[in-house]
Amino acid sequence: MAAKEQPIDKYSRELDAEVRHAVHDNSAAGTDKRREILWGDYPAPDALRHVAGQLKQHVVENLDRYLEQAEDSLRKRGVQVHWAADGEAANRAVLDILRARGAKRLVKAKSMVSEETELADYLAKNGVDCLETDLGEFIVQVDGDHPSHIVKPIIHKNRRQIARTFEREGLGDYNDDPEVITRRARVYLRKKYFEADAGLTGANFVVADSGRIVLVTNEGNSRFCLAPTPVHIAMVGIEKLVPRDADLPLMLNLLARSATGQRLTVYTEFISGRRAAEQPDGPEEMHVIFLDNGRSEVLASDCRSILRCIRCGACLNVCPVYRQASGHAYRSVYPGPVGAVLSPLLAGKRFPELADLPKASSLCGACNEVCPVDIPIPDLLLRLRDRAKREGIASPGTPPMGLWASMATSPGLWRAALGAGKAMDLIPKSWIPVGAFQAWHASRDLPPWGGGRFRRWLKRRRAEQAATKEPS
Amino acid sequence: MHLNERPPPASRNVKLMATCLCDAYFDDVAAATVEVLEHLGCTIDFPERQTCCGQPAFNAGDWESSRKVVRHMVEVFEGEDPVVVPSGSCAAMVFHGALLEFEKEPDLGAIQALAHRTWEFSDFIVNGLGVTAWPGRFPAKVAFHRSCHTRGTPSGEASLKLLRSIDGLELTPFGEGEQCCGFGGTFSVTFPNISKGMGELKLEHIAASGAEVLVSGDMGCLMHLGGMAARREQTPRILHLAQLLRDALRAGVAREAPSTAAR
Repeated sequence: MAAKEQPIDKYSRELDAEVRHAVHDNSAAGTDKRREILWGDYPAPDALRHVAGQLKQHVVENLDRYLEQAEDSLRKRGVQVHWAADGEAANRAVLDILRARGAKRLVKAKSMVSEETELADYLAKNGVDCLETDLGEFIVQVDGDHPSHIVKPIIHKNRRQIARTFEREGLGDYNDDPEVITRRARVYLRKKYFEADAGLTGANFVVADSGRIVLVTNEGNSRFCLAPTPVHIAMVGIEKLVPRDADLPLMLNLLARSATGQRLTVYTEFISGRRAAEQPDGPEEMHVIFLDNGRSEVLASDCRSILRCIRCGACLNVCPVYRQASGHAYRSVYPGPVGAVLSPLLAGKRFPELADLPKASSLCGACNEVCPVDIPIPDLLLRLRDRAKREGIASPGTPPMGLWASMATSPGLWRAALGAGKAMDLIPKSWIPVGAFQAWHASRDLPPWGGGRFRRWLKRRRAEQAATKEPS
Repeated sequence: MHLNERPPPASRNVKLMATCLCDAYFDDVAAATVEVLEHLGCTIDFPERQTCCGQPAFNAGDWESSRKVVRHMVEVFEGEDPVVVPSGSCAAMVFHGALLEFEKEPDLGAIQALAHRTWEFSDFIVNGLGVTAWPGRFPAKVAFHRSCHTRGTPSGEASLKLLRSIDGLELTPFGEGEQCCGFGGTFSVTFPNISKGMGELKLEHIAASGAEVLVSGDMGCLMHLGGMAARREQTPRILHLAQLLRDALRAGVAREAPSTAAR
């Protein structure tokens, strides 16, 4: 059985019960908050999701045009635009910018693309000190861990673990009071901002027609990454565009409510280029690095609607599989339902290594129901399952369907199997292979076989009905 | 396809798609479906050559095998009459899944035609036939599990409308009611551990609600939950919506009969 185990199911089985409960409860609470605020504030939030989905799909379908427009608008604002085909090119672009200024210390705000390119490791190897300033990301960094959620990176950790980390790092004696932990991080990070030579952020949205970059945070750390540092670098996936400033209200209202159940995040920054002559603070130099890293291939595929994603994490929170398995089970930067689609696609030639991810779903559709841009995630999971099968990638525990299909297209054979099914032996083993039987029986009874009974019942009923209609 | 906006069925001559689970295990659910629909004045045709909707292979990723079965289904259910399915999941396979896997196939049109006249059982009763209240009686605390494949369709609301109208029936809401039961077809055997975790959570919430009966429109969910519940000490009685509607009718008749006689 062990060899037939799906990696995500195995991970969940071995997961520490405390972690599982933390992930489950935190995710479920996130889902409840989202629902409360969306349905409390709007008469028809689903209509908003559909419009936002159409808007982002429009961007995806016209990405070439909007990217050109965005580049143009950004340049007009004095921003230097870079194009990176893959993660390595993006990391190198960052390093080149820093070296040109002799910069040795980088402070960075939360950015999933920089996780994707493994920027921090790359910079460390090249002599640049790169410090995460989002509290969760900071803890992940000092623990040598990885985020397990795209919005709540340390959803898998409890306060006692964090207190031990802080003690180990010399940030004070053991204290697991969240307020104390936060204050200590604040004191430590504040100093680092002033020592930094450059700040790096992601972008929640890049507006094509205005060249404006929008950042949302709750800790205000992205502002600190930009205010005292002379260089601002924003690393952005090419799909992060919206056409106009006027599209932002819809997207921002949906993003915060979907992500954290807030009307707006505590900080929403609209960055319109580098510091103007009359402004006292802000970077003298600003760069935007547009990262492809497999997105063009996704764009060319029948799964391109996944590029609508605005990284709110609502699909993770609502997903019953994520709640049981936690984010690390997905072995990739993007976990949960969106990750089960996006990660194998972005893997490119390494698709087979992550082809099990789209299998990790009961196809319940809760992800689609909460998605602020209405991505049909279950459909995309199914497309990827079909692709994996066509490419001949083995899937542990999946019953073969060829013989079943032959039976289900031969009514005679089907009826014979129904009749003879009481002795389950006559059901071809490939239809319900022994492994599947075992997997079912490990936790559930199978109902008594009733094959053919309904058909016989219906014949009797028809005969009785005919008899009452035409009494002899 | 917008299920909320479709016209009423062409006729009350119904083709019954019993589903492979009812064909193999849950004959009483198919029988109850027939009795309920006949009570509503429908004539039922059960095409004997029917097998399965093709969903197992579709979900397992073997679309080539699935398409063969779907083509067989389309042939078996040809005609103009509405097709009624006592399963949200199999119905969704016809009006959503099949369209997805036939996107680039030359016979997509035939699939679409079948999709347009295929109805999930409760949706057919409420929105197809316009029946919004159910006669009869069912004095029990009932937990309704909305099957996941009815998300975004009118079926969940239709089922609730019927249940709420039944004399004596008390609906008991339960925690995380919108969550999946953990069945998911082959998911239940390829991810047995996660599937079990999801099922147990569902059963615990239902037990905490004090429900005496668990009802749903999908025998997939109920086979999974029932199979797990069989190994627990306290289990609710498990019924498909069609069975509950039939039993309510019978109880209503039984109750009315003596009073009629007394008059």
